Amino acid sequence: MSELLSQGGYGFYVWSSYAMGLILLVLELAQLRRQRRIILARLGRLMRIQAGRGSR
Amino acid sequence: MKLFRFSSPAIFYPLAGKMIPWFAALAAATILVGLFWAFFETPDRLGGTNPQKEYYRIIFIHVPAAWLSMWIYLVVAAYCAIGLAFNTRLSFMMANAAAPTGAIFTFLALWTGAFWGRTSWGTWWDWDPRLTSELILLFLYIGYIALHSAIDDQRRADRASALLAIVGLVMIPIIFWSINCPDPNECAALHQRSDMSNMEPNILSSMLIVTFGFWMYSFVAIFMRLRGIILSREADTTWVKELVAKEQGQ
Repeated sequence: MSELLSQGGYGFYVWSSYAMGLILLVLELAQLRRQRRIILARLGRLMRIQAGRGSR
Repeated sequence: MKLFRFSSPAIFYPLAGKMIPWFAALAAATILVGLFWAFFETPDRLGGTNPQKEYYRIIFIHVPAAWLSMWIYLVVAAYCAIGLAFNTRLSFMMANAAAPTGAIFTFLALWTGAFWGRTSWGTWWDWDPRLTSELILLFLYIGYIALHSAIDDQRRADRASALLAIVGLVMIPIIFWSINCPDPNECAALHQRSDMSNMEPNILSSMLIVTFGFWMYSFVAIFMRLRGIILSREADTTWVKELVAKEQGQ
């Protein structure tokens, strides 16, 4: 295990590369999920406003 | 006109939604298998004209990210060209959805390249032709995204940014063939001609598997973003209104 982490003393360089990859992919997916919720909420609000206008 | 059926956002939206979990499972499985192989079944050192120690293992994320950065740019430009030629709304939405993921892979290729360069070349950055052209690719992605969001009229934004994306295509062959080192003995500190047939088979296999995994991941991210774009841009249609009402449990 420590051999895997140290990568012959180059662990910092190897794992900094992989860590950035992991961070970017996880952040992108999290941001996309959040964006979907925001869009649905915004469209829902918009529809309620339009429905309110229609009934008046 | 069966082919054009899928160019309708209303048809493609649920289809993309159904495909996302499959692409996600395939991406997770292949990336994990590829990386396991890459770290446990490959030699610790590389010999040959350009000897490298364990730090060469950055290759398993660096090369897949760089390939995807170029591939996604081709996808963006192709959808822009189709959109301009046939005036199909979904093509522009597809290009819009793909660009941020391409930019992320471009940044990842540059970042991992910097760490690899620090160990094997002794420098974080060098104005090597391939590094320079990959950096320009990142600026092209950012320029495309920024130009599109700077124009309020969607159709104008689509056409103007599509033109930029297509002109930027010139960078892809430049990145791909930017090698100024025919003899690795003379210039180890540059991108050299890569010859896949000379690679150690375990290194080559795991690199290709991770690349496939990244490619599958790109479908997940692009389809998720595309679904958001479709909802926003088709907000006036009946099917989106019904869908929003259902999602919000009204």
